[in-house]
Amino acid sequence: MKSAERYVGRSVPRKEDERLLSGAGMFVADIVLPRMLHVAFVRSPVAHGRIKSIDTAQARRAPGVVEVLTGEDIRPFLKPVPGMQNRPPKRWREAVEHDINIPDQPILATGKVRYAGEALAVIAAETRYLAEDAAELIDVDIEPLQPVAGIDEALATTSSRVHDELKSNVVAKLTVRKGDAEAALASAPRKIRHVFYNHRYLAMPIECRGVVAQYEKHVDSMTVWSSTQVVHWVRREIAARLGLPEARVRCIAPDVGGGFGVKGHVYPEDVLISFLARRLGRPVKWTEDRYEHLLNSTHARDDRHDVEVGFDADGRITAIRDRFVKDSGAYTPVGVGAPSNTIAHMLGPYHVPNYEATATIVVTNKTPNAPYRGSGRPEGVFVTERLMDLVARELGLDPVEVRLRNMVPPEKMPYSVGIPYRDGVPVVYDGGDYPGALRKAVDALGGLAQIRERQREAWKQGRYLGLGVGCYVEGTGAGPFEGATVRIDPSGTVFVATGACAQGQGHQTVFAQVAADEWGVTPDNVSVSISDTGTIALGYGTIASRSAVNSSSAIRMASATLRRKVLALAGHILECSAEDLELRDGRVAVKGVPKLSLSLAEIAQAARPGWDGGRPSDMSAGLEVTEYFEPPTVTWAYASHAALVEIDVATGAPRILKYVVVHDAGVLINPRLADGQIIGGVCQGIGGGLLEEVVYDENAQLLTGSLMDYLIPSASEMPPVELVHLETPSPLNELGVKGLGEGGAIAPPVVIANAVCDALRPVGFEVFSTPVHRSKIIRALNGRSGSAS
Amino acid sequence: MSKQHTITVEINGVSGQYQVEARRLLSDFIREDLGLTGTHVGCEHGICGACTILFNGEAARSCIMFAVQADGARIQTIEGLSQSGEIGRLQALFAEKHALQCGFCTPAMLITAYDLLRAHASPSDAEIREGMSAALCRCTGYDGIIKAVTQAAKENAVAAPADAGQPHGSCSGKGRRA
Amino acid sequence: MKPAAFEYLSPTHLNDALDLLARHGASAKILAGGQSLVPTLNFRLGRYDFLIDINGVGELAYIRLEEGALRIGAMTRQRAIERSPLVRRHAPLLAEATKSVAHLPIRTRGTIGGSLSHADPAAEYPAVLLALEGELILRNRQALRRVPATEFFVGPLETVLRPDELLVEIAIPAARPQQGFAFEEVSRRRGDFAIIGMAAAVAMDARKIGEARFAACGIASGPVRLRAAEALLIGQVPSPALLVEAGRVASRSVTPQSDLHADAEYRRHLIDVLLQQVAAAAVADAGRERL
Repeated sequence: MKSAERYVGRSVPRKEDERLLSGAGMFVADIVLPRMLHVAFVRSPVAHGRIKSIDTAQARRAPGVVEVLTGEDIRPFLKPVPGMQNRPPKRWREAVEHDINIPDQPILATGKVRYAGEALAVIAAETRYLAEDAAELIDVDIEPLQPVAGIDEALATTSSRVHDELKSNVVAKLTVRKGDAEAALASAPRKIRHVFYNHRYLAMPIECRGVVAQYEKHVDSMTVWSSTQVVHWVRREIAARLGLPEARVRCIAPDVGGGFGVKGHVYPEDVLISFLARRLGRPVKWTEDRYEHLLNSTHARDDRHDVEVGFDADGRITAIRDRFVKDSGAYTPVGVGAPSNTIAHMLGPYHVPNYEATATIVVTNKTPNAPYRGSGRPEGVFVTERLMDLVARELGLDPVEVRLRNMVPPEKMPYSVGIPYRDGVPVVYDGGDYPGALRKAVDALGGLAQIRERQREAWKQGRYLGLGVGCYVEGTGAGPFEGATVRIDPSGTVFVATGACAQGQGHQTVFAQVAADEWGVTPDNVSVSISDTGTIALGYGTIASRSAVNSSSAIRMASATLRRKVLALAGHILECSAEDLELRDGRVAVKGVPKLSLSLAEIAQAARPGWDGGRPSDMSAGLEVTEYFEPPTVTWAYASHAALVEIDVATGAPRILKYVVVHDAGVLINPRLADGQIIGGVCQGIGGGLLEEVVYDENAQLLTGSLMDYLIPSASEMPPVELVHLETPSPLNELGVKGLGEGGAIAPPVVIANAVCDALRPVGFEVFSTPVHRSKIIRALNGRSGSAS
Repeated sequence: MSKQHTITVEINGVSGQYQVEARRLLSDFIREDLGLTGTHVGCEHGICGACTILFNGEAARSCIMFAVQADGARIQTIEGLSQSGEIGRLQALFAEKHALQCGFCTPAMLITAYDLLRAHASPSDAEIREGMSAALCRCTGYDGIIKAVTQAAKENAVAAPADAGQPHGSCSGKGRRA
Repeated sequence: MKPAAFEYLSPTHLNDALDLLARHGASAKILAGGQSLVPTLNFRLGRYDFLIDINGVGELAYIRLEEGALRIGAMTRQRAIERSPLVRRHAPLLAEATKSVAHLPIRTRGTIGGSLSHADPAAEYPAVLLALEGELILRNRQALRRVPATEFFVGPLETVLRPDELLVEIAIPAARPQQGFAFEEVSRRRGDFAIIGMAAAVAMDARKIGEARFAACGIASGPVRLRAAEALLIGQVPSPALLVEAGRVASRSVTPQSDLHADAEYRRHLIDVLLQQVAAAAVADAGRERL
C-alpha cells in the first residue's frame, strides 16, 4: 500500500479539540431527556454497622419524589455486582499460587454497611434538589460495629469481620517465586530489611462519575450513558442483572472528563440507574457530586511491604523477598489486579536471580480500592527503587551506579524474567536500553559528576540538594483483546469503530491516523466511533495502557482484510488484477496510470447488495470487516525518571528544580499527545508523592471529604518537565507501539522520596512511607529524627 | 413549590427574564435552565474552578453563587466567548500547545486565562502560573496550558477591557437596578 | 450537593438590611461574597431560614482616606482592594496579603467584610487587621459600635457580632513613612488557606524598632498577636541574632493546633521562621517610598 504521506508518527492536530474548546463537548451531566428524573442517595454515616431499620415513609411523601428504594426493596430483583470483574485467565490460575475469596458488592447495602458512604437508599425525584431534600427525611437506624480501620485490624484474629460470610478478612493470597529467595537471602553477603508503606490516594478526574439511563419498552431496550472507561463491561453487567440480552443494552460513554482508572470498572450505580429507568418508565439521571466521589468512588494504592533484599559487596542484588498486604477497602471490584501488577513489576529493569513475593489482600471498612493510573506498579516500584538507594547507602556507592550494575543490558534482550505475567504468560522484556535510559536521564540534569559537585557545594552552604532517580518497566497493551470494525461508508469516508473508550487521550485522532495510513486518506476522511457498544459488538475498554496497542492493531487487521476485498472489487470493475492497484489519496488506482482509478465512494456503491451492483457473483455484499486483535502477551515499555530537588530549609518543602523522563513506548503514533500523557502522569505522581492523601480517623471515617482537604496539584505545584523519547519498536504488534497512558504516574513518588533522602544525607533521613511530609523533613533538619516511617 | 424569583440577566449579550428558586445555584441555572452546558461543574464548593464564568466581565465561580444573585448582571460563558471571537486566538493556542486532553476543565481554563490577561497586561511567568492555579486540571500537568497562556500574553492575544478600572468592583448589578 | 431551601431577601439600602436583621436575627445569615458561605450551604453543613443578600447595598462598597485612616466599606471586593492605589499606598500590608487570599476568581466575589465576619482561623484578613490595629464598625438598627480588631475575634468562626449586627466598615490607620510591613504565608498548595500566615507592622525609631506588631493566622482558633516577640524587639536595633531570638520566643509563646495539613510541631516551626522572615522584611520596608 502506498500513500502520499504517513500520519502515524506525526503530531497531527486533535479532532476532539474544536468542540471541547468551545463548550460543545457532551458529558454525561450535559444529557437532558424528556421527563427525566434525578437521583440522590442516602449514604451510611458509619463505617461498619448492622442495619436495624430504614424508614422511608416521610421521604416518599416529600415534594417531587417518585420513588424511594432500599437494599431490601431491590434485593429480590438485583443481584450484586461481581467482586472479580476481570477474572484472571486459566493460564494465570495455573501459573500462580493463589487462594481467592473475593466478595460481591451489593447494589445497595443490605444487612450491614461496610464503609462510610456506602449507599443505603436511593431517591428518584423531579429535581436533584428535591431528591436531596427527601434524602434528609430518611431515618436510618444502624447498630455500630467495631470498624476494621486498617491492615493491622484486618489481620488481627480478634477483629470483627467485614464480610460475615467469609472466614476472615483475608480475601486473597498470591505467591510468585523465582529461584530460591530464602536460600539466597540466607547466604547473601549483605542484606537489609525494611517495611514500606504506600499511602492511599486516588484518581480524582475533574468530572465526577454519572449515569443516565433510558428504557424503551416497545423494543425492550436500555440505553445507558455512563462516564466509564469500559462500556462493554457496563453493558455486560446491566444485561446480566436486568435479564436483558446484551444486544438490547447499549452503553455509551460520551465525552468523559478524565478517568485514570477510577472509571475502569462497573459500579452499582450503573446497574441501579438502569433498573430505575425500567421500573419507573422514565429516563433517570445520577450525577455524582464531589463529596460522593471522595466517599464512594474507588480509592487506590494503600499497601504495606515487609521486604528483605540480599546483595554482594559490589551492590549486585542476589535476592528479593517481599511480603505485602493490600488494604482493598470493603470490596475489591477489580479483584487481584493491582497486587498482581505489583508482583509482576517489582523486579523492574533489574536482573534479580531469586525472588519471592506474597500478596495478602485484606478487606477493611474503608472505601473500595481499585486500579488507578499505574495500578500496583507505583507501589512495587516505590519499594524496589527505595531499596536501590538504601543498598547504595549501605555500600557507599552512588545509587545510579548500583542501578547500572543490576540492570538488564541491551545485549540480553529479549530477557526472560522467570515469573508469570497477569495473563499467565512468562514475562519476557521485549527490548530496549535500560542503562542507556538511566544515563540519559542523569545527563539531562547535567551529568552525575556535575550533579554531585553541585550537591557538595550546596551542602557547604547549608543548602540541601538531592538527585532522585526511579526506573521501571511496564507491561502494556494487555489482552485479552480489542476489536475494530472498519467500513467504507457510501460517502467514501472510512468509518472505524473500536471498543476503546477515551477520557482525553485523543483516540479519535490517533485511530484516525492509523486508519488514514491504511487507506491512503487523510485523518479528516476517517470517522472514528469509540466508547459505544452500539457500533461494535464486542469490546474490552480503556484500562491498563492498552488502547493504542490493541485498538490500533485491530484497526490494521480489519483494514488489511477489507483492503483485499476493496482491491479485488476495484480490479473487477477496472478489469485488472488486484496486484496492479494501489490506494492513494482516497482512490484506488492502477499503478502508474493514475487516470484509471475509482474513488472509495464508487467502490462502496459497487459493493452494495441489490440492483445495479458492481461486484462479482462470488463476492459478498458490503464493505465492512470486524477483526479482533488478541495480543500474545504484554509489550514492555520502560522509563527512567530523574529529578533534582532542593529542600526549602525554612518550610521543609521539597522544591523540584527539574524533572526528567526518559521514556520508551516504542513507536509513538502522535508524539505531542504522547508527551501530554507522560507529563499528565508525572503531575499526578507528584501529587501522590507530596500532596494527595486519603486520611481516615480511627473509626474509619473519611477526613478528606472535600477538595480543600484532598489536595491535587495546581499549576503552581508543577516543576519544569523535560522529556526524552527512545523508540524501540515492539516486536509484538505490526505498528511497533507500546502503551504509555500510565507510565508517567509510576515513578514520581519514589523519585521525590529518593531525591529528598539524597539531599538530606548529611542529616541522615530515609523515607519509608509516602507521601513525603514537610513536617518530617523539618524534624530531621532540626535533628529530632533520622527517618520517617 | 418554593417561591420563585424573577430575574433579568444578560447572558452572552442577550437579555432575558427568568424564574428561579432562591436556592438554585447559578451553575445549574446556566447549564440546565439556559442549556449552556459548556460551563462545567466539578466540585460545587469553589475549589476546582470548572464552573468559572465571567460575571460582569470578571471571572467568578458559578457553583458558589445563586442564580437569583445574577439579577441585573451580565454573564458570559464559554459559548458566548467562542461565538464573539474574543478568545479565538487563545483557543487556537490551547489546541496548538496541547493544553487540553479530556476538555472538562478547558472552558474554565480559557475564561481564567482571559480574565488573567485582561487584569494583567504583561504578566510574569510566576503571575501566569499563579493565575492559572485558580482552576484545576487533572490531565495535562498544566504544561500546555502554561505554554499557551504565556504565548497569548506575548502576543497580546486578549484585548484589555473597555471599562478597565471599574472602581470597587463592588455591586453585582443589583445597584444598577436600584 | 445542593443547598436546602431558604428565603431570599435582597435589601438595596443599609437601613433595610438592618431592619431585616433585626426582624430575623438568629435565623438569618448575611450573604456577602458567599465564597465560604455557599460551599457550607451546598454541603448542607449550614442551614438558615433566611439569607439576607447585601450585594445590592451599594453604599457598603468604597475605599476612602479620611482623617488619617483608610475606610473600607464591608462589601468592597477583595479584587478591588488588590488593585486600589489607595490601599497600596496607605495599607500596603492589606494589599500584599490580599494576593494570598485564594485565587483571583474568588477575589472577584469575596469581600473584606465577609472574610472578617466569617473569621476563619486560617484566613489572612483577621491577622492583617490585628497587625494594623484596625477597627471594625458594626451597626444595628439602633446603634453603631467601634470594635478594635483585638476584641472582634473570639473563636473559630466566631466574632462579637450580635445576631442583629452587621459589619459595615473597616478602618485602618494610614501607614506612616517610618513604618514597614510584610506578609508571608505557607500553604500546602498555592491559594489554599494558610498553614501559618504572618503579618508584620513595625515602625522604626532611627535605627531602633519603635513599634512592632505581629499577627498570625492558622495557629489555633483565631488570629493571634505575638506579643512576646513584639516585646523582645521593641527598643532594639535589629540584628540577625535578635530576629532568631524573636522567632524562637514567638514560637514558644503559642499553642498551635494539629490538623490534617500540619501538626503542632510543624506549625511551631513555621511561626519561628515566618516571624523572622516578616520581621526582617518589615524592617527593610520601613522608610521605603510607597507608590
